[in-house]
Amino acid sequence: MKFTKTVLVTVALSLSTGLASAGAHEEMTIVSWGGAYSKSQLKAYHEPYTAMTGVTIINDESAGTAVAKLRAMKEAGNLTWDVVDVEAGPAMQLCDEGLAMEIDHDTMLAAAPDGTPASEDFGSFIVSPCFIPQIVYSYTVGYRNDMVGSTPPTSICAIFDTETYPGKRSLKKGALSNMEWALLCDGVAKADIYPMLETAEGQDQALAKLDTIKDDVIWWSAGADTPQLLADGEVVMGSTFNGRLFALIEEQKQPVSMLWDGQIYDLDGWIIPTGLSPERQARALDYVKFATDTQRLADQSKWISYGPTRASSAPLVDKHAELGIAMAPHMPTDPANSNNTFLMNYAFWADYKDDVESKFQAWLAK
Amino acid sequence: MNTLFQVSRRPLSFVLPVMGLMGAFIGLFIGPAFGSALIGIIFGSLVAVILAYGISATEYLRPKVVRLLLPVLLAALGFLLLGLFGSFCGALIGWFFGWFFYWIYEGGYRIKLHAYLTSNQVLWHYSFRVICGLIFIFLITPILVVMPLSFNAQNFFTFTPEMLRFDPAGYSLKHYKDFFSNDEWQRSFWNSLIIAPIATIISVSLGTLAAIGLSQSHVPAKRAIMAILISPMIVPLIISATGMFFFYSTMGNFMENTLGLDKNFVGYVKVVLAHAVLGIPFVIITVTATLVGFDTSLTRAAANMGANPITTFFRVQMPLIFPGVVSGGLFAFITSFDEVVVVMFIGSASQKTLPWQMFIGLREQISPTILAVATILVCISVALLMTLEMLRRRSERLRGITPG
Repeated sequence: MKFTKTVLVTVALSLSTGLASAGAHEEMTIVSWGGAYSKSQLKAYHEPYTAMTGVTIINDESAGTAVAKLRAMKEAGNLTWDVVDVEAGPAMQLCDEGLAMEIDHDTMLAAAPDGTPASEDFGSFIVSPCFIPQIVYSYTVGYRNDMVGSTPPTSICAIFDTETYPGKRSLKKGALSNMEWALLCDGVAKADIYPMLETAEGQDQALAKLDTIKDDVIWWSAGADTPQLLADGEVVMGSTFNGRLFALIEEQKQPVSMLWDGQIYDLDGWIIPTGLSPERQARALDYVKFATDTQRLADQSKWISYGPTRASSAPLVDKHAELGIAMAPHMPTDPANSNNTFLMNYAFWADYKDDVESKFQAWLAK
Repeated sequence: MNTLFQVSRRPLSFVLPVMGLMGAFIGLFIGPAFGSALIGIIFGSLVAVILAYGISATEYLRPKVVRLLLPVLLAALGFLLLGLFGSFCGALIGWFFGWFFYWIYEGGYRIKLHAYLTSNQVLWHYSFRVICGLIFIFLITPILVVMPLSFNAQNFFTFTPEMLRFDPAGYSLKHYKDFFSNDEWQRSFWNSLIIAPIATIISVSLGTLAAIGLSQSHVPAKRAIMAILISPMIVPLIISATGMFFFYSTMGNFMENTLGLDKNFVGYVKVVLAHAVLGIPFVIITVTATLVGFDTSLTRAAANMGANPITTFFRVQMPLIFPGVVSGGLFAFITSFDEVVVVMFIGSASQKTLPWQMFIGLREQISPTILAVATILVCISVALLMTLEMLRRRSERLRGITPG
């Protein structure tokens, strides 16, 4: 009987603590990607914001499934997220579906220190009326120094050169990035790539190019896969996000180098879901205004090698907070790294993603 | 008995092929380290045959001396080739080779068997054991491999050269430190420790009651009720999770908006209830199975002596079906403790449990902290099971009941 009593007391205690904590403090749930990226947001945005306002921030690392989950939440009328970190493409999609709130960038976000309005400061990075730009990152390629012989690759087309660089390579298990690189290395001019990908022939040409290396590819689905494969020496080269390669090379000191040639820029930023109660919406807007001001965006680059989207933040990019190395040369937007770059065409991917992706997956299964 | 089969020295025509096979088997595992399994097989069998022939030719060396010399020699060879790790492997192989050779050569492998077995029966006797061993290895290796990797000094799931050389610099406790100092891991660990026991208590109480009710003869539509209660175990989890998401969202909205309860508290209630539902089928099944052997005349006897049904349940029925209740409870606990799909649908980030955190860690980081956590969990589970088993044996001893 003593056991039963203990159990009852425990249950009663836990219940009462649950009730006692009711409404004690404000908190908000912010959805992001996890890992080093979440850490950079924690240090640059969340911690200063909590210190300033007392609002507790809970980090939900579900950004990978954000679109589907937001749809389900909307249907169930149970919106638990306040601010969501998404890539530019999904942001456009959520905006079209009415799941993300439209933003007036000039009145709702902070102006640059010199008074330049936010919409000018972000410039072309505002790809959708719902999208609040945060960082520029890129899809790029890293290679094992000890597996490429005496001629390390200098061009993105090394991916397709299995004679000079034999061995496995890891590529994203998706159409995005692979289709662009395939056409680029098949001799298509950069300006023609997206118009060509709109046509069935262009897509077939890209897949035919990918066919030439299909047997040598390990397909990755999570950002952490390529760094692990490179560290194991299982692949000679692999594509991933530039921040992952920075961590692999500079923090983990692995014998890996990185190729900036042919990098594909993509954007990441915030959206605020529609249907929040007025007080939650006001809090979300207040947070976003704080987190995307000039200084905060520059602060984030102390923790991860992703470039700030504000023009006014670029001169403020400083040293890495723990390693003490200058971060500017590691930014994908640094002039030395952007000789041959590629801005992802978000509008193309918003319109054609379903088509091209299903074609790619069908090709993959063949 | 020995008239049928003499345990004596075996002819070389038998010993050498067996040794060759054994060498090929070892070579199969060592070969890949040098480039190809085929090279390993050929080289291994050749070395084994030559070595075996050599030992059998040196009559003047006593078996004990040979069995001592072999590991020392191979350890020295391994050290030259691969360093400390190589010498360790060399010693192990040398010891095994010496033992195996004399076991075959002196006919030791037949000593403990019936003398009338044919050669094929003897072969099957040992093949069977080898197959069982392989299945055991197949089951346990993935769990064991995790443990040394969790002490990796690097942030990858890789055996580094330092680790293979047993260099202390290749090992570290930093992933354990990360687990105990990282807020995200600690929060999810405590969430699991809160959610799983409460869900277990609920599913054990409800499941036991349901099983007892269903074992009564006068309950109508018993099979249909049973099928419905068991369904959470049969329906694919992702389907239950989707359904539960919409159900508990409505329920949560009601509790938050109409009853005015705290958002976090409601979140925990939702996850606990969902996990309890998943755990109930396990309790029902184990308790029902125990109740099959329960003698109902005992409850009638208790009633006859004036005990009310509740006293009868706690004093007579419960002690007898307790093992079933406990194992059902264990299953319910593990279900909740391991569950990742439902909690990702129903819980919000404040209710993040350990499996959820591990899932994220695996997807986004591949950090060996996951391995450290896995190692800790394995140790806890083993300790838990051993404690339970010891308690069960103790109570059986005290009550004078033997299993079976």
